[in-house]
Amino acid sequence: MKCSEFLNELTNYLDGVLDARTKSELDDHLAWCHNCYVVCDTTRKTIEIYRDSELYELPDDLRTRLRSAIMSKCTASKKSQAPGS
Amino acid sequence: MSTIQPNIEQPVSEEMQLVRRAKRGDDHAFEELVRRYDRNVFRIAQHITQNREDAEDVVQEAFLKAYSNLEKFQEQSKFYTWLVRIAVNEALMKLRRRKPERTVSLDEEVKTEDDSLPREVADWSPNPEQMYNQAELRDILTRTIQGLPPGFRTVFVLRDVEGLSTEETADALELSIPAVKSRLLRARLQLRERLNRFFQKKGSSGGDGDQGPSGDGNQ
Repeated sequence: MKCSEFLNELTNYLDGVLDARTKSELDDHLAWCHNCYVVCDTTRKTIEIYRDSELYELPDDLRTRLRSAIMSKCTASKKSQAPGS
Repeated sequence: MSTIQPNIEQPVSEEMQLVRRAKRGDDHAFEELVRRYDRNVFRIAQHITQNREDAEDVVQEAFLKAYSNLEKFQEQSKFYTWLVRIAVNEALMKLRRRKPERTVSLDEEVKTEDDSLPREVADWSPNPEQMYNQAELRDILTRTIQGLPPGFRTVFVLRDVEGLSTEETADALELSIPAVKSRLLRARLQLRERLNRFFQKKGSSGGDGDQGPSGDGNQ
């Protein structure tokens, strides 16, 4: 297997969606190709870091304010559509 | 096909019960849906718009639109996927308004094939996130993902941060599954490449790493 072929399957490999034979071919490649091993390992870490990062968490006070604004807009839109309004 | 789905694991029936109650005019049921997904919509919106005020607007507009169009929701997908589609469209509209000089579309063919190929291969520190304090790390991650084209970072955020499956991401973004997979691979590799300089082991820059694995593979 060439490195470029490995790279093409990297996303499927990391997501664990490969059939057993293809996965085993990729495992074999990783066993001897240090560069692909590092790319695979650091890509996995990239995903984990972003997944755990809690970027852009919604603060509680803003959350309450937004929810209240959403619900009053929804109620208003319902009233404006109600027959006879 | 099984894929990573770490975040949104609600029993469909329970969600659908809320949706059906909301369709019948039960606003408490709709409020429960807001409570369930407001954090996710806010995160997605801020990742796309890169602007807090815009993200707040998107959250409100997306839920209001969902509320007004609930009758049109056919229940063939999860409510959340349908909501994400609305939110992504709202967020892209904001982005277009803010950056009119650039046409922003998820369909744009971003010619960054070469950008995605690993150029620098260096081992990272075993616990890279511990090399920086929380504020520094947040800053690094934010700036890095902001550098990706919108079409790439949206796919990455939906798949890898929000935990939608490939199929759900394709559905939410109205893209084909191969397009989602291709963008996800390129997004992941570009982020990895850009994070290299922050996370690599001390003293391991360059070295044998200058030759990436994208060559002919005859090593």
